[in-house]
Amino acid sequence: MYAAIDVLHLRKEYGKIVAVDDLTFAVSGGAVLGLLGGNGAGKTTTISMLLGLLVPTSGQVRILGEDMLRHRFRALPRMNLSSPYVDLPHRLTARQNLAVYGRLYGVENLPRRIAELADQLDLAEHLDRPFGHLSSGQKTRVTLAKALVNSPAVLLLDEPTASLDPDTADWVRTFLKDYQRKTGATILLASHNMLEVERLCDDVILMQTGKVFDRGSPADLIARFGRDTMEEVFLDMARGRKRSVEELRKMEPVR
Amino acid sequence: MMQAAVSHGSPFSRVAALVLRHWYILRGSWLRILELAYWPAVQMVMWGFLSEFLSKQANYVAQAFGVLIAGMLLWDVLVRGQLGLSISFLEEMWSRNLGHLFASPLRPIEFAAGIVTMSLIRTIVGMVPVTLLAIAFFGFSIYSLGWPLLAFFFTLQMFGWGVGLAISGMVLRKGLGAETFAWAAVFILLPVSGVYYPVNVLPEWLQVVAWALPPAYVFEGMRDVLAREAVRVDLLAGAVALSLVYLAIGFGIFLWLFNGARRKGLLATQGE
Repeated sequence: MYAAIDVLHLRKEYGKIVAVDDLTFAVSGGAVLGLLGGNGAGKTTTISMLLGLLVPTSGQVRILGEDMLRHRFRALPRMNLSSPYVDLPHRLTARQNLAVYGRLYGVENLPRRIAELADQLDLAEHLDRPFGHLSSGQKTRVTLAKALVNSPAVLLLDEPTASLDPDTADWVRTFLKDYQRKTGATILLASHNMLEVERLCDDVILMQTGKVFDRGSPADLIARFGRDTMEEVFLDMARGRKRSVEELRKMEPVR
Repeated sequence: MMQAAVSHGSPFSRVAALVLRHWYILRGSWLRILELAYWPAVQMVMWGFLSEFLSKQANYVAQAFGVLIAGMLLWDVLVRGQLGLSISFLEEMWSRNLGHLFASPLRPIEFAAGIVTMSLIRTIVGMVPVTLLAIAFFGFSIYSLGWPLLAFFFTLQMFGWGVGLAISGMVLRKGLGAETFAWAAVFILLPVSGVYYPVNVLPEWLQVVAWALPPAYVFEGMRDVLAREAVRVDLLAGAVALSLVYLAIGFGIFLWLFNGARRKGLLATQGE
């Protein structure tokens, strides 16, 4: 299996602050990797470096075989992003936003593509409303439509369900799971929502202060930490309570 | 689930996409269109009446009626060139859209070409009605300058774009706190541009500054056309050459500050 995303010894310093420290990982084509960590763990910084929005201090990033530090414009047409930290123009309607980004990504037969996305994301009746007039859930769906307008081979999602109510968040997760299964896209998902990570990700990197704290499938991590849920795993990491194998053995009931 | 057919586009289609984004905003509000012509119209009327008054009092204006109105109109071509570009850039900052734009295949030079095109559109939409008003109110047609008008127009636009790109880079690097420069910076050049008076009335050291900038060549050339009906090719050539140099410098500064913003992680975090 080829690595759609290949990150080697990635580091980002802002003066004396190290935001990302010696990050190395690879994501196989068609896999979903979760970056899980608290605020300031380096998730958004990592995504920005993968997209070329931020220049790393050192290290390498290859996406779809392209060196992102030297040839990012070869890979960017096949990638896309959804992030709550970046907005779409509020005065443009949803349709106008999708038309602009569809053209930027060179999408052919754009009106048909917009109609498909509107249908899939249940946006048809909101297409001609200004983006700024939409509810949080509707905005998230329009931003997702923008992120999918070019059917990206690599999709970077930064907290895709942040600030959504549980029902809408669940709808978005179901949609993403379905989309990934049908298209085989590689997804990197940054989140601090454990439920989301558990449900969507094949593999999870736990990040803390810019470093990899641990890595594995959600089931592996839960087992390794001796917990029942990813939320408990996260709390152990956040509160510095990662247990050694010996500690876990001591906890096992005597038979 | 259908997959989009993607051609990866061309530089031209990406520039067109950015122009479309700003055109949607402009055409969506008649107030924005009115605003483009508002200040030029107010100034044109004021300078027009002043010209009428002075033409009865002053030999200089009587000999070349319209020299003040033409100066004002061409100065506004420069101002609109810079402001039109800066406003398009600020729109991206205000809407926190830069992260999406630069995560797309849009290259910095295509971004610059897009906002330059939009500046040209804004200038034409704002200035053409005002030039028609000048004919209606004062019987003065800027188009009487003939073909040199085209050279004056593009020279001033290019210089405005150069200044606008440098200021946009500064706003990107320093944040919206530096926005005021986008609105006011170009006016520092007004006293040394020879818009309403010849450059030789300036102190000698300021004349050196004036001749290092394209507007002085344009406005001296404009006065020659209006007063003596003479086209000074040397002035035109100097204006075009200097404007190209300033446009290149402006883009260089923008690119330098853009790359600095990429190192500092400002592209995805800028906004109101």
